[in-house]
Amino acid sequence: MKILVCITHVPDTTSRIAFTDGDTKFDSNGVQYIIGPYDDYAVARAVELKESQGATITVVNVGRVETEPTIRKALAIGADDAIRINAEPEDSYFVAKQIANVAKDSGYDLILMGRESIDFNGGVVHGIVGELLEIPSVSSVMKLDIDGNVAKIAREIEGGKEYIELEMPFVAGCQEPIAEWKIPNMRGIMTARSKPLNVVDPVDTDHLDKLVRFELPPPKGDIKMIDPEHMEELVSLLKNEAKVL
Amino acid sequence: MSVIVFVEHDEGRIKKSSKEAVCYAAALNSGDVIALVCGNTEQKEMELLGQNGANRVLHATESRLDHGDIQAYASVISQAMDKENANIVVLAKSSVSDAVAARTAIKADASFATNVTELPDTADGFKVKRSIFTGNAFAWVELLKARKVICISKNAVIYKEEGGSAGVIDFSPVLTDNDFKSNVTGRDKATGKVLLPEAEIIVSGGRGLKGPENWGMIEDLAEALGAATGCSKPVSDLEWRPHHEHVGQTGVKVSPNLYIAVGISGAIQHLAGVNSSKVIVVINKDPEAPFFNAADYGVVGDAFEVVPKLTEAVKAMRS
Ligand SMILES: Cc1cc2nc3c(=O)[nH]c(=O)nc-3n(C[C@H](O)[C@H](O)[C@H](O)COP(=O)(O)OP(=O)(O)OC[C@H]3O[C@@H](n4cnc5c(N)ncnc54)[C@H](O)[C@@H]3O)c2cc1C
Ligand SMILES: Nc1ncnc2c1ncn2[C@@H]1O[C@H](COP(=O)(O)O)[C@@H](O)[C@H]1O
Repeated sequence: MKILVCITHVPDTTSRIAFTDGDTKFDSNGVQYIIGPYDDYAVARAVELKESQGATITVVNVGRVETEPTIRKALAIGADDAIRINAEPEDSYFVAKQIANVAKDSGYDLILMGRESIDFNGGVVHGIVGELLEIPSVSSVMKLDIDGNVAKIAREIEGGKEYIELEMPFVAGCQEPIAEWKIPNMRGIMTARSKPLNVVDPVDTDHLDKLVRFELPPPKGDIKMIDPEHMEELVSLLKNEAKVL
Repeated sequence: MSVIVFVEHDEGRIKKSSKEAVCYAAALNSGDVIALVCGNTEQKEMELLGQNGANRVLHATESRLDHGDIQAYASVISQAMDKENANIVVLAKSSVSDAVAARTAIKADASFATNVTELPDTADGFKVKRSIFTGNAFAWVELLKARKVICISKNAVIYKEEGGSAGVIDFSPVLTDNDFKSNVTGRDKATGKVLLPEAEIIVSGGRGLKGPENWGMIEDLAEALGAATGCSKPVSDLEWRPHHEHVGQTGVKVSPNLYIAVGISGAIQHLAGVNSSKVIVVINKDPEAPFFNAADYGVVGDAFEVVPKLTEAVKAMRS
């Protein structure tokens, strides 16, 4: 089985979000980068599948050279090789076009992604890649087992789960609890250094949208503290002041 | 010109979020608003979409559309766009809508945006505001193509119920086996409950509640308020509560009018899922809990004493 896992290189979940250049660029000053948490689940599940039934895992990222440490981390967790498509990930259509271009004619049985990236939050790249490759895509995948050529999937729906059977190949947007996040061990980190990381050039695409500017939410107002003995006061404030009851 | 709204339903009832999407489409003022409903739904429910601003309803009755098949929905929507000469499609955030929006846009050669939080700015071009960094920032994006697919988040528009009833027209798009490759074999679903992403009020519990046996008081408060229940990630990891109740960065993102957090510390990853709530109440015994920095109202106290008192006060107000 050949698995392609698409990973993002995103600010750590605790990062302070700020912008520069007249609110048109993310301020990466002092920011730590990680594999997107959902993508991390996808990598972890791919590694489990490799361990249980055999597979080769390629990871792919659309990004500039600074994403390579993040890619190496995925190699350290257990991916076999990596592709970095050398371009700024401008928008989801651009990214999906690049991934589809790398994946087409390469015979991947499974393309695993995160349900969404935590910077862009599009939740769309898996859908677009599926559409471009003319294969199905499933999102919010919380369980994925492979039996012969058929995948048994549980996906999260509002208030519960839906069970699906689907023939490979397809694209899956993964989320927890599909697998346990894996922490690379020393041996993994050592071997990752010599695993192939191929850098390829992007293909041209047309542009569907254009960033105008970023904006931060308005600062939060002051908090009102209420005496724990006086919950009727809280209820009255929620009803008459906040008007939410 | 016209606008198509992809309308989702749950157990035959049209989702509030989809009705909101109809309101959004009406507020665009870009021609007729056509609600597209797939699969088995109550006739009355569809007609009532007129109150939200739908001029008519297209009903794709094919029974295979009862399930949330992303490919099939995208095919139906793009065919409806052609049939109705529609330039804009509006969807509401759901477990399938982002991906449906994306596939539809590719089929229809359209620009697209998900997590859109307000009406577009059309003064010069067509610009939408979308939420990014899990609610911690926004991006204004210009959609360049003539056709546009927009997936909105909750509260993107003022909700309205006025106007009359909409006529329902049968719609039979051409669908092939290729559109239905995912074979749905079953569902496990809480029935008759307020769904978390749709809820106006949410009562959420964290590890401070010590164990699943203590959720009774959370449920009592939720019931008194007509609220849905949520939880923090460790609570669902420990299987005290089902996974679909877990709120935050890796769970459900919610934007209720009122979010009441009980015994939750307020880690940034939890806040990421709740920061678009209108009003936040935090109950925590530790006055230093970070959640207080994100709250509108705070109560420092022991949840086991405070929550029952709050439930009584709500009941007293409601009676
Ligand atoms: C990549 C990543 C993603 C994550 N995603 C999520 C996510 O989506 N959602 C999420 O929730 N977490 C997420 N987390 C975990 C998050 O960092 C926190 O660990 C988690 O939110 C803590 O849950 P908690 O507040 O319930 O528990 P704790 O941090 O243990 O807090 C318990 C709180 O209860 C209070 N308390 C104790 N007893 C009482 C009492 N009797 N009465 C009142 N208060 C009491 C304590 O003062 C404390 O503040 C993520 C972490 C990472 C690294
Ligand atoms: N620059 C990128 N490189 C590789 N994969 C990506 C990139 N951006 C997004 N993806 C994948 O697409 C998923 C969904 O992203 P998004 O549509 O941006 O929410 C992510 O979880 C990744 O698996």
